Amino acid sequence: MTFIYPVDSNKAHPLPLSPEYKSSIKRAPNKPLIPMRHTLSELTGPVYGHETVRKGDNDLTTQHRGEPIGERIIVHGHVRDEDGRGVPNSLVEIWQANSCGRYVHVRDQHPAPLDPNFTGAGRTVSDASGYYRFVTIKPGAYPWGNHHNAWRPAHIHLSVFGHSFVTRLVTQMYFPNDPLFPFDPIFNSVPDEKARARMVSSFDLENTQPEWALCYRFDIVLRGKNATPMENH
Amino acid sequence: MQEPVKPDGITPSQTVGPFFKYGLTPTGEYAWNDAFTSSTLTPDVTGDRIRIEGRVFDGDGVAVPDCMLEIWQADAQGRFADPQDKRALPNASFRGFARCGTDKDGNYSFETIKPGAVPDPDGKPQAPHILLAVFGRGMLRHLYTRIYFSDEAGNAGDPVLALVPSDRRATLTAVREAGKPVYRLDLRLQGDNETVFFDV
Repeated sequence: MTFIYPVDSNKAHPLPLSPEYKSSIKRAPNKPLIPMRHTLSELTGPVYGHETVRKGDNDLTTQHRGEPIGERIIVHGHVRDEDGRGVPNSLVEIWQANSCGRYVHVRDQHPAPLDPNFTGAGRTVSDASGYYRFVTIKPGAYPWGNHHNAWRPAHIHLSVFGHSFVTRLVTQMYFPNDPLFPFDPIFNSVPDEKARARMVSSFDLENTQPEWALCYRFDIVLRGKNATPMENH
Repeated sequence: MQEPVKPDGITPSQTVGPFFKYGLTPTGEYAWNDAFTSSTLTPDVTGDRIRIEGRVFDGDGVAVPDCMLEIWQADAQGRFADPQDKRALPNASFRGFARCGTDKDGNYSFETIKPGAVPDPDGKPQAPHILLAVFGRGMLRHLYTRIYFSDEAGNAGDPVLALVPSDRRATLTAVREAGKPVYRLDLRLQGDNETVFFDV
């Protein structure tokens, strides 16, 4: 194995302990993470083909008998590495609240309606250029108990694999110009402003379909493989 | 299709939150299909079948009921189901990946096979190990760790375990139950006996 994944890239991530986000206080390690050289174990990773994904799994608006309530949207983009190369054949899983800000989850007791035609989960596999596409409903903001008058900005959770165990990523896609951004400790747990901006999708008029759905573009950037002998990092 | 442009950095991580179960681990109360289960076992897999089980605790020693764990491992001959592993082909259907959520008492378990030794970057064998990623509410980025096995003599010479202070190595070592193919390893996210997590 003659490639390494740059460790510097990890600076874009949130710090494990972000006290404003109260759930992090008892769940962040106190002791520093131990740096290690990547071995074959870290440099390999699950690569999934289309057998995992069923037809229609990327359209969250057609999984039930009727049409879900809310604003239909297209979410698409590329999974790329930080050098701009498309990441093909990467499984992308999403989950989200419905248009009222309610999750299909036994622990979500937010007094907003559940939509019998929307359960809010989907998956797809990126194509040869790393492109992926979902059709879904714009999720609503919802209250949470973190602090007084705490509301999460509308977001879609995304889980992406990339091609090694060290490119594994779970993130959240936000929507442009959300007025809740300044007040959300999860969004703001990412210290770097430019890195935070990479979690915000852009409105995509060109791919918005007339009379049917607005479109948002969200490019997902995973760590890039440096063609460098892995002698140290 | 957009022209590829070099981005100015990677997409940051965010927590899976408390409501991931429908999307990612939909067993039990939910009807969405599972992409993955907590077992790596396939009909043609060879090797010693084992179960790994334990509990996840937070800094107060309270069980964490909303964690998701993922494992990635080599087969019994130390080969990965990944095209980047150029050695002999692995068992035809073995993938080496599994996922499970914790239950209300913080319990997790995986059905798998004991992995073989995988070479380190210098070509020397590492002790058998499984990679483990831990996701959860309150965890803004998932944590990486490894599972080693209490009955492996090779642990003493393992280059990654050697990076870990000796008094913390037990946090990475699943202990074999007497007479059973079961290994136990509890995870502690914080505090006394905090699990060793790696910066990869």
